[in-house]
Amino acid sequence: MTYAYQPFDYVKPIGLTTPEPRHKVIIIGAGPIGLAMAIELANHGVQATVLDDNNVVSVGSRAICWSKRSLEILDRLGVGERAVTKGVTWKVGRTFHRDTEVFNFDLLPEDGHKMPAFVNLQQYFVEQYLAERAQELNIDLRWKNRVISVDQHSEFASITVDTPDGRYGLEADWVIACDGARSPIREMMGLEFDGELFEERFLIADIEMQGDFASERWFWFEPTFHSGQSALLHKQPDNIYRIDLQLGWGTDPEIEKRPENVIPRIEKVVGHSDFKLDWVSVYTFQCRRLRSFVYNRILFVGDSAHVVSPFGARGGNGGLGDVDALGWRLAAVIKGVATVETLQGYDRERCFGADENLLNSSRSTRFMSPADGVERLFRDAVLHLAGRTDFARPMVNSGRLSKPCVYPLDAPDADLPQAARPGAVAPDAPLETGWMTEALGGDFVLLALGCDAAEVGLRVVKPALNEAVCRRYLGDARQAIYLIRPDQVVAARWLSASAAEIQTALAQSWGS
Amino acid sequence: MPLNTKNNIADADGFYANLLATHHGLSLAESHALNARLVLILANHIGDTPVLSEAMALARDGS
Repeated sequence: MTYAYQPFDYVKPIGLTTPEPRHKVIIIGAGPIGLAMAIELANHGVQATVLDDNNVVSVGSRAICWSKRSLEILDRLGVGERAVTKGVTWKVGRTFHRDTEVFNFDLLPEDGHKMPAFVNLQQYFVEQYLAERAQELNIDLRWKNRVISVDQHSEFASITVDTPDGRYGLEADWVIACDGARSPIREMMGLEFDGELFEERFLIADIEMQGDFASERWFWFEPTFHSGQSALLHKQPDNIYRIDLQLGWGTDPEIEKRPENVIPRIEKVVGHSDFKLDWVSVYTFQCRRLRSFVYNRILFVGDSAHVVSPFGARGGNGGLGDVDALGWRLAAVIKGVATVETLQGYDRERCFGADENLLNSSRSTRFMSPADGVERLFRDAVLHLAGRTDFARPMVNSGRLSKPCVYPLDAPDADLPQAARPGAVAPDAPLETGWMTEALGGDFVLLALGCDAAEVGLRVVKPALNEAVCRRYLGDARQAIYLIRPDQVVAARWLSASAAEIQTALAQSWGS
Repeated sequence: MPLNTKNNIADADGFYANLLATHHGLSLAESHALNARLVLILANHIGDTPVLSEAMALARDGS
């Protein structure tokens, strides 16, 4: 079923007739990241205004793979359950060389998590859910408001906005650029992207068909239906399938996009012509980022700050990671409970996260698209051996799927399970009612396991100890205290902690 | 001890990237020569004749 696009209403902004008071936060771009940012800030008590040059959700499926961590974040924003209900849950990936399966993987063999490893859901649904949620929260969404200039001052930024009714000016204490990979704000500020551009093109298509393909990720190296190249097939809701086909560098994207050229290729993948072409695009592989994501009063979040090549689901999920790391910090700065320097923590952590995504994406690209010569020799040798030996399989790289990075925190730690170490997202676990991910987050929390926490004015979560909680948080220990940040990242942990120790770790988490 | 074909490298991606980086900037002939040296170095490290014979047979199989 083809998605029915419902345009959002353009409303003539007040600023066209009367100058508006300075805004706290203006978010530029109402894609998934801009909308998530606005809701996250609203959850922290800060109302943002969102400007978008368009008035519909994403055209084409674009970001489709939402990771477990992203679903947990979306859950906090109020749309997680909706996304999982609508999305196609999958956890098995199969990798083929020529027409033989060389191996498969299962992403989340362990029970006891609220959210699945991944769901596939077209970006337009995620945007629709987030826009509806933002409307429920009375967030000021301004469609057909295109930013045409931006100026930075020492304690605020000013922008000029073009609308169907003319231009007007706005000022804000903070401007957040969520305007995508081709970010006009980045361009207006003359900021350069550093990194690699790969000489490789992929054709990406959504087709609608009544198929009986499993809810799995299928990746082919050199299939007979697409000689010498790579291909990916992924199922989405409403009988929409995503197909990615490697084209090589010596192709003309405009010619490749034409239906008369696309349709025969897809016929070869699915083996018949009983499908409808929904959307086609061609993209090049890039792994690049801004040197910094914080420029005084202008902040970059999502693709405007960093772009990666696909197949790792690291674009949309990476952007939600940025939202997660920025929201609580910026809200605290605006409310005056933290200093501006706190935002350096956002810059540091998300540059680290972006670098991990860039590294993984670069390696995947290199494997999928090896240079002639020794790179291809090794790639083909790995594929050849992967069908016969165990050791070569982890070297086959058709994309390393997004996992939250573990921030390098210099924080108190104890002999407790590795997965819950400082810098990592607190692992989910079932509680007597609800889930660990629902009990943590929003503010700093003390998680007291098998003991009481010292009184420091923080909310304390003290769940009953079940098997999953013990395994993920205690290991062989009988008790522990965890300090959890508002973004559900473990800030510090101890077997037992005094009030002073907790206060010190708390201050450190604010970067002061 | 028979040839170990189970995964024995903790960071497969890191190893693979390092392997390609080792070849960076070399011509194909130079890369072949590097590979030959690398095989000899690793073979000496392994030392065990039956293991080396088994590895050579596995590599040869299906070539």
